[in-house]
Amino acid sequence: MALSREQLAQRVAQELKDGYYVNLGIGIPTLVANYIPEGIEVMLQSENGLLGMGPFPTMEEVDADLINAGKQTVTMARGAALFDSAESFAMIRGGHVDLTVLGAFEVDTQGNIASYMIPGKLIKGMGGAMDLVAGADNIIVTMTHASKHGESKLLTECTLPLTGKGCIKKVLTDLAFIEIKEGKFHLLERAPGVSIEEIIKLTAGELVVPEHVPEMMFNE
Amino acid sequence: MSGLNKVVTSYADALAGLEDGMTVIAGGFGLCGIPENLIKEIKHKGTKNLTVVSNNCGTTEYGLGILLLDKQIKKMIASYVGENANFEAQMMSGELEVELTPQGTLAEKMRAAGAGIPAFYTATGYGTDVAIGKEVKEFNGRHYILEKSITGDFAIVKAWKADTFGNLVFRKTARNFNPLAATAGKITVVEVEEIVEPGQLDPDEIHTPGIYVDRLIQGSFEKRIEQLTTRPSSK
Repeated sequence: MALSREQLAQRVAQELKDGYYVNLGIGIPTLVANYIPEGIEVMLQSENGLLGMGPFPTMEEVDADLINAGKQTVTMARGAALFDSAESFAMIRGGHVDLTVLGAFEVDTQGNIASYMIPGKLIKGMGGAMDLVAGADNIIVTMTHASKHGESKLLTECTLPLTGKGCIKKVLTDLAFIEIKEGKFHLLERAPGVSIEEIIKLTAGELVVPEHVPEMMFNE
Repeated sequence: MSGLNKVVTSYADALAGLEDGMTVIAGGFGLCGIPENLIKEIKHKGTKNLTVVSNNCGTTEYGLGILLLDKQIKKMIASYVGENANFEAQMMSGELEVELTPQGTLAEKMRAAGAGIPAFYTATGYGTDVAIGKEVKEFNGRHYILEKSITGDFAIVKAWKADTFGNLVFRKTARNFNPLAATAGKITVVEVEEIVEPGQLDPDEIHTPGIYVDRLIQGSFEKRIEQLTTRPSSK
């Protein structure tokens, strides 16, 4: 079975380490905040100027002056800090963020990522994504493995305008956890019940499959 | 206005001298911390052919988006333009010129302009369409592109509190691009929720010193929320 959005978030959360500063992109990455393992402390960075993002507010706590990068109302965690956008991107560009999680339309075997526009169809803009992928060393891309029509999003070469060049090393899809190195995709884990054949079929770029590919583990 | 007192009493005075074809830098992130009444005044004045520099272009009905309704914007420099149907339509039809700029680069373009730095190198955007036509330089084995700073004929800013000298304090994430925009305007106009006398703000807690501010006006704000997201009260 392909992973649900919640399972994708849970699997990413397993990569969090005690003391990490983490930037979570819009969409699935935002859900990661719901699965921070017990017993570890992490600080969530929101690039609009908040380090220490807390849960969504109750109706009584809603404050129009306090939002996240997805423009959702949020709260501040204990020990939060506020700052302007230049300071925020100094943290990001300067490599101070320990883990960045963001979505994408396509990734390729060279570690390129495309996530901000589909020419002639969709123009959203890159927001902070170009800075995030350029500044971070530890990035996890979360996305579906293939489009609704079964077209692979893990390619030999991205077809859409790039968000960043040669910067992606880890991709978590609804089917597999993949590492990118030496110009190839390497299959690390597969979603529970998903066959290696299915993953191979839906991966357009060269995929290295080791002899043993463990299934992802989830508590519950 | 006299001496160091920056206070003006009408929005018409606040934006006196804003003309067709000028560049306006605006603070705000989405609809958070936007100078909403200054934007309304630009709509009211009917100034056209503007180049607007801001992270976003508001929504279809609010914020900078209202300047698209009468096609007052010729060119938009922004990082994210989703959530605005008019924007996409005018961009696709070619009526609106758009320069998509990475968010951190946009902030730094304002900061640099205000600090007297004409350009800077950043790794952001290297190897992407953003780098087209820009100088590339290698430092310590990594590629960087040269990005130019942006100065506005006007900067429009929203702060929480100010004293009459224009010392500013921002509130929570409504700070965002505002302090940077404030430094990058030839004429910087700030609207605030409250104006106090000099000496009433703690000097240690001033985010933007008054030297950057030319005009100051007190307004009342709607503060629309784009994505109201809540959790249940009892839990």
